[in-house]
Amino acid sequence: MFKVLSSQMIVPNLHQITLEAPAVAKEMRPGQFVILRADEDGERTPLSVCDWDAELGSITIIFLNIGSTTNRLSELRDGMYIPTVVGPLGNATDIENYGTVLLVGGCYGIGSLFPIARALKEKGNRIIMVMEARSSYLLYWVERYKQISDEVVFITRDGTLGLRGHVTCLDDYIKNQETPIDMAIINGCTFLMKTGSDTTKPFDIKTMVSLNPIMIDGTGMCGVCRVRIGGKTKFACVDGPDFDGHQVDWEELLQRRKTYMREEVVPFRTSGCQGHSCKSQG
Amino acid sequence: MSEQAKRPKRKPLDLNRRSMPKQPPKIRSHNFYEVALGYQVESAVEEADRCIQCPKPKCVDNCPVEIDIPGFIKCIAERRFEDGVKILKEKNCLPAICGRVCPQEEQCEETCVLSKKKGQIAIGRLERFLADWEARQGKLKLLKRKKKTGKKVAVVGGGPAGLTVAGDLIQLGHEVTIFEALHKMGGVLTYGIPEFRLPKAIVGREVDYLGKLGVELVTDFVVGKTRTVDSLLKEYDAIFVGTGAGLPWFMDIPGENLNGVYSANEYLTRMNLMKGYLFPEFDTPIKNHRQMAVIGGGNVAMDCARTALRLGAETRIIYRRSRDELPARLEEVENAEEEGVIFEFLTLPLKYIGDENGWVREIECLRMELGEPDASGRRRPVPIKGSEFRFQVDGAVCAIGNSPNPLILSTTPGLEAGKKGNIVADEANGLTSRERIWAGGDVVTGAATVILAMGAGRQAAKSIHEYLLSH
Repeated sequence: MFKVLSSQMIVPNLHQITLEAPAVAKEMRPGQFVILRADEDGERTPLSVCDWDAELGSITIIFLNIGSTTNRLSELRDGMYIPTVVGPLGNATDIENYGTVLLVGGCYGIGSLFPIARALKEKGNRIIMVMEARSSYLLYWVERYKQISDEVVFITRDGTLGLRGHVTCLDDYIKNQETPIDMAIINGCTFLMKTGSDTTKPFDIKTMVSLNPIMIDGTGMCGVCRVRIGGKTKFACVDGPDFDGHQVDWEELLQRRKTYMREEVVPFRTSGCQGHSCKSQG
Repeated sequence: MSEQAKRPKRKPLDLNRRSMPKQPPKIRSHNFYEVALGYQVESAVEEADRCIQCPKPKCVDNCPVEIDIPGFIKCIAERRFEDGVKILKEKNCLPAICGRVCPQEEQCEETCVLSKKKGQIAIGRLERFLADWEARQGKLKLLKRKKKTGKKVAVVGGGPAGLTVAGDLIQLGHEVTIFEALHKMGGVLTYGIPEFRLPKAIVGREVDYLGKLGVELVTDFVVGKTRTVDSLLKEYDAIFVGTGAGLPWFMDIPGENLNGVYSANEYLTRMNLMKGYLFPEFDTPIKNHRQMAVIGGGNVAMDCARTALRLGAETRIIYRRSRDELPARLEEVENAEEEGVIFEFLTLPLKYIGDENGWVREIECLRMELGEPDASGRRRPVPIKGSEFRFQVDGAVCAIGNSPNPLILSTTPGLEAGKKGNIVADEANGLTSRERIWAGGDVVTGAATVILAMGAGRQAAKSIHEYLLSH
């Protein structure tokens, strides 16, 4: 069992929880993820790790409350326990001195980019952090990023902060840069990563994305996370999660992510059964 | 005849193999309860009484873990069930599982002298009977542990090989920890073999037994990720790697990434480990397909097909050779046929065709005919030109095999790898190219059977024990 050290909603619908998982924290590297289960009969949910403390033995995760499992995770309070935290899974992001790195984060991706940004900064990179959200009140960790970034750019859909629009408006931003951008890393929802990759492609900027397909075991066993990269099938859990965004078959990924769309809403329709209180034996 | 003349008192040969009751096909094809119901006491005693107690039993020779088969059968015949259990457990710490999933017809029962007259003793059923009898008594007797040696052994992988190694070494007085990547112990017994063939309560019982013996059971721990083998070696005196064959093969044909196409591992894991068939009580969903195709002809393919059938799909097995070449156990093939699985023999899938939303809708296949025998001794299937045809499906499972997961090899320098991604280990004792590391089961041999993995585990445990005593 893994103890919840702290849990809070940081902006509407986005939750940050810190869990006690010493073995995982000790081996964690930027860009890796863990698989959680919210309760004994729960599904296995892969989530990116946003921070960790090897000495305290804790890991921090930020997630959007979007389905039955994340809903239950969001209801966790300090001192409660969950049955599974397994990891670190996936390969770590390659941290090198690239020069100028453009980091683009949206939703949970703002959080999951943080360890990558920190490590890249330590390697001597110039960091441009782009934070994307629907509105300014959905942005978080701004101060944290200001401390480690050379520049922070905001994009909001409603224009309440920074550029108005979606990541496509980075087009103009990149054009107007004096020093060329050597590398882009995008974390966030599939649509953000796809659109972001499409935006950097004309500039021929190498773009890495952290893919988020459906997973079960996360160790290369089930193959449900298969994604097509440059025409070849890869398993995101063991071959990724980082891939070249310009090689990803985004249509296939978006379509595969929809596999259980109908089933995902079922737990919300079967009223009264939330919290697994009326389970039969099986 | 001369033999009988020497021993005139011998009772006449009884060749009537007692049948084991099963759920009727029409009923069982709609539920996930166990298909085979096991012998009652009387039928078990009658069956055991048929054994002629050969002085040089050939059944034992053909058992990977060398169980004293005539010994425990005699106990059943004499209704000394507790003694029978003791004999069984001396060599096999997972009898309830082996009694259910071992291919006895290729092992002990094949060499039974009565098999020449088609009356071989139902050894597997008797083994199962004893194990279930013991469980029904409600008081599992713990075998005595030898004096503690103070040596520590880490077992990587909680499947049949690892459980056997742990069971053997704990009794010899060593401290044992099993590290399992998933959240439940049992490996393929838990995520792979369906409930209707091996109830998970039975696997849980056997795992609990190890826990009671003192084995430390660590789940949610991916060796190679959470900690490497080398890091474990600093803390443990010896390591056994029994990580199985968990990397699914795909056919690499067009359309394989369409929605509704699964690997057998995914399909079975969703169903068995995650209890998808009980969605939404359990969180992990499974689609209710109407027309399902399962590619492959092994036991895993049978498991997938029979699972899909129970969820209400019209299910076809697509196999490129004919019925005679099916690698699955005959019993499983017959069960599948009785339940209504349709077999498309001599058929090779060419591609999956999807709809505008990316869901699989059709499979295009090619008919085959059998040609000359190939390296495996089976007749090679040869395509019939122009025989392409399509049929409708809304789901497909690729059950054509697995190879070992590369994680341990890629994170353990100096561990010799074989050609098929396996770990190279001495089959007789499990020794690998690295000191203090043993390996056995599917990770060494490629995908095989539960009992072979247990046999390998037993040999490795012996070798580890010898090493620990001498160092």
